[in-house]
Amino acid sequence: MSVLKVQDLAKSFGGVRAVQGVSFTVEAGELLALIGPNGAGKTTCFNMLNGQLRPDQGEVELGGESIRGLAPREIWRKGVGRTFQITATFASMTVIENVQMALVSHDRRTLGLFARTAGLYRKEALSLLDLVGMADQSERPCGVLAYGDLKRVELAVALANGPRLLLMDEPTAGMAPQERIALMALTAEIVRARNIAVLFTEHDMDVVFAHADRIIVLNRGELIAEGAPEAVRANARVQQVYLGSGGHH
Amino acid sequence: MSFSAIVIQFLNGLAGTSSLFLVAAGLSLIFGVSRIVNFAHGSFYMVGIYLAYSLIEYFGRGSALGFWGAILLAGLGVGLIGIVVELVLLRRIYQAPELFQLLATFGLVLVIKDVALWIWGAEELFGPRAPGLRGGIEIMGRTLPEYDAILIVIGPVILGLLWLLLTRTRWGTLVRAATQDREMVGALGVNQAWLFTSVFALGAFLAGLGGALQIPREPANLLLDVTVIGDAFVVVVVGGMGSIPGAFLAAFIISQIKAFCIGIGTVEVFGASFAMSKFTLVAEFVVMAIVLVVRPWGLLGRPQAMPRHAGAAEERISLASRPLSMAAFAVLAILIVLPATADTYTLVLLVDIFVFALFAASLHLMMGPGGMVSFGHAAYFGLGAYGAGLLLLKAGLPMELALALSPLVGALGALIFGWFVVRLSGVYLAMLTLAFAQITWASVYQWDEFTGGSNGIVGVWPAEWLTSKTVFYFMTLLLCGASLWLIRRIIHAPFGYTLRAGRDSPLRADSIGIDLRRHQWIAFTIVGAFAGLAGGIFAFSKGSISPEGLAIPRSVDGLVMVLLGGVQTLTGPVVGAAVFTWLQDEVARQTEYWRALLGLTIIGLVLAFPQGIVGFVKARLPARLGGGL
Ligand SMILES: Nc1ncnc2c1ncn2[C@@H]1O[C@H](COP(=O)(O)OP(=O)(O)OP(=O)(O)O)[C@@H](O)[C@H]1O
Ligand SMILES: [Mg+2]
Repeated sequence: MSVLKVQDLAKSFGGVRAVQGVSFTVEAGELLALIGPNGAGKTTCFNMLNGQLRPDQGEVELGGESIRGLAPREIWRKGVGRTFQITATFASMTVIENVQMALVSHDRRTLGLFARTAGLYRKEALSLLDLVGMADQSERPCGVLAYGDLKRVELAVALANGPRLLLMDEPTAGMAPQERIALMALTAEIVRARNIAVLFTEHDMDVVFAHADRIIVLNRGELIAEGAPEAVRANARVQQVYLGSGGHH
Repeated sequence: MSFSAIVIQFLNGLAGTSSLFLVAAGLSLIFGVSRIVNFAHGSFYMVGIYLAYSLIEYFGRGSALGFWGAILLAGLGVGLIGIVVELVLLRRIYQAPELFQLLATFGLVLVIKDVALWIWGAEELFGPRAPGLRGGIEIMGRTLPEYDAILIVIGPVILGLLWLLLTRTRWGTLVRAATQDREMVGALGVNQAWLFTSVFALGAFLAGLGGALQIPREPANLLLDVTVIGDAFVVVVVGGMGSIPGAFLAAFIISQIKAFCIGIGTVEVFGASFAMSKFTLVAEFVVMAIVLVVRPWGLLGRPQAMPRHAGAAEERISLASRPLSMAAFAVLAILIVLPATADTYTLVLLVDIFVFALFAASLHLMMGPGGMVSFGHAAYFGLGAYGAGLLLLKAGLPMELALALSPLVGALGALIFGWFVVRLSGVYLAMLTLAFAQITWASVYQWDEFTGGSNGIVGVWPAEWLTSKTVFYFMTLLLCGASLWLIRRIIHAPFGYTLRAGRDSPLRADSIGIDLRRHQWIAFTIVGAFAGLAGGIFAFSKGSISPEGLAIPRSVDGLVMVLLGGVQTLTGPVVGAAVFTWLQDEVARQTEYWRALLGLTIIGLVLAFPQGIVGFVKARLPARLGGGL
């Protein structure tokens, strides 16, 4: 059974049809890239998958169970991790505290009034940070980190609940090209080892073709192509959208 | 009510609309452009009415020209005061956190009140009726004063003039642009300083005029500032912050409700008689609460992005450094041995300090880690105080039990109000807390039979074994100390971290499984319990309770303590409470004009320490020592 199955998903904002009738699946251990020009509807898609937005129509199934209409926090409890296009971390906390917070929440201990948070789940948090290469910066406040490092923290946080599915909206935006490839290679390694399904968006085609198992292409809210990287690269409509519209890359 | 009575009440309501609209329109304009919540706006109104009184006396009571000239001049005079205030004070603090601006304007309230006391004295001053308009107009067998008829016309005329000013002039376009989008005006290269000054002047003028126009209808008195600012807040919030037509609509609604509450008089409901006229104060805040819950941006306003909390979000918290813990223990040790040498006066003052330290610390838990600013924290303090007093006197409980239940009373109020409050954020949340506090205050104030009304409750004395000031001191030290320790634990516990998580990034908090509202609601309740305990102790330490205990100034006291000390650390509010309570006591002993001195001190401190006292010290200490401060 697919980890994620999306059927006929649609969302409009006033007159703007941001996403129209999109269907696809993601399998365990697979990296699926969702690409498309700016404003194609990628983030809107993500927001419907993790519950931030309510779809106008369509169905979202996680491991065969419908998660449509659930709140983000409920969907997270079912094993979906998310990173944001514009990073969202807790600026007043250190790197490790950000991860500890996710672990505390995972164990439903957020109502604790007496324990010292600083001492909770330190080992687990450190090993997650080690995984994403942030262990050496674990005591720095998140508010002062470089953007690329924030993206790594977000990844560690997203991995904290042992997710089956990761939704990564432009995980490498704002990084240097070298760093992008490295981070995606790291991500690929982690998710393959843990058999996690990944849906990610990315504007850097080098990153996409280096790591995606499969690609789906969105244009003006509609899926226009789907398949293996080579097939998508060769697809005439995709070329037209990317070259003809003068879009990204 | 007969039909003619309804018509007359409606016309009364219309007359009330005009003056309420004038004050609220100014407040709304100022907020729209500068985002400053001007607490001193009611004071401008008050000065307007006093100035009108003096000018009329000067010109002679009989002359119509003198009367109307005096009213216009009073408005202009207040406008001038507005310009001075903007240039001397506000201009320096536009960059400061929103709450510091609020604090500064509250300092102004205190200063203006005492200046008015100094010039005009404490007696109410009755103005003349308007020359040539002393008669009444017959309407269906009842009389409407001619002056009221003029007022009914003045409101819409000024609305029309403002509308023309805002839509037909370049200045108006700039004001509207600034109200919608601050950055846009900056980008247009407009001279913002000039725009702000002129808006503030116009706002002050309108408030002054609104006050001056009331001189034939109500006496000038020193309580007007707080009453009027309460009404004006309600109107601005109900109408939508920044919206002038909204202010008119809301002023109309509120005035009508008030007029009809008074007009209906006493009604019989299921055999019990119920004085509707006593419902006026509660009614307007109920309307405000409903609007905030259903449509937070007001009837005719637009949703606005608000800064969600005060101070720097990036401020970390850490455990106490060693020298600091030692300092804390040293202070505690001194407090324990102190009664051996101190006189009763000092002990009583220290009890006040402990109580307010707890009150401020509970507010800090909500504002700092919780990111929820409360303008109405006094409600829970007052509930605790009244709860304890009533349980003692009406329910006949032993004093110890009544005191032990006071946190529960505070928590219960917070539980009920909090359910609504946590649905909002930013200024809207703050305004809703204010509305609930005013509803609580007005209920207490007007429910004579149960709460003693404006006289409050007397005879709330502690049990026999606590009558010694020293024993009471130790009990307070124990209760407040333990509570502070608990609050500190909570801040460092997962619950406190979770609150901060939600404050820093609601989006991230939601996507790691945190039900933010639920946590905020629980936090609100916990905070209500601590404030309630502070109130309970306070009641027994004074032996009496009055409605002032939960009025707006008490809430502002809490804000002053937290902000003076520094919002992001627990030490802040404790130091703030100590300094503030001591200052208040010290200054009050020195002079009759202690409010003005206090106000000037607040303003001075805001100008000198925009980060709070503790923040100021912390920034100058080595990190090793400052940790956990
Ligand atoms: N909350 C919203 N209200 C109105 N329109 C919106 C909203 N969110 C997105 N849109 C519109 O929906 C369309 C899709 O936006 P979306 O952010 O999903 O695109 P995207 O593919 O993620 O773009 P990018 O590559 O720039 O991140 C755009 O036209 C956008 O303007
Ligand atoms: Mg996007």
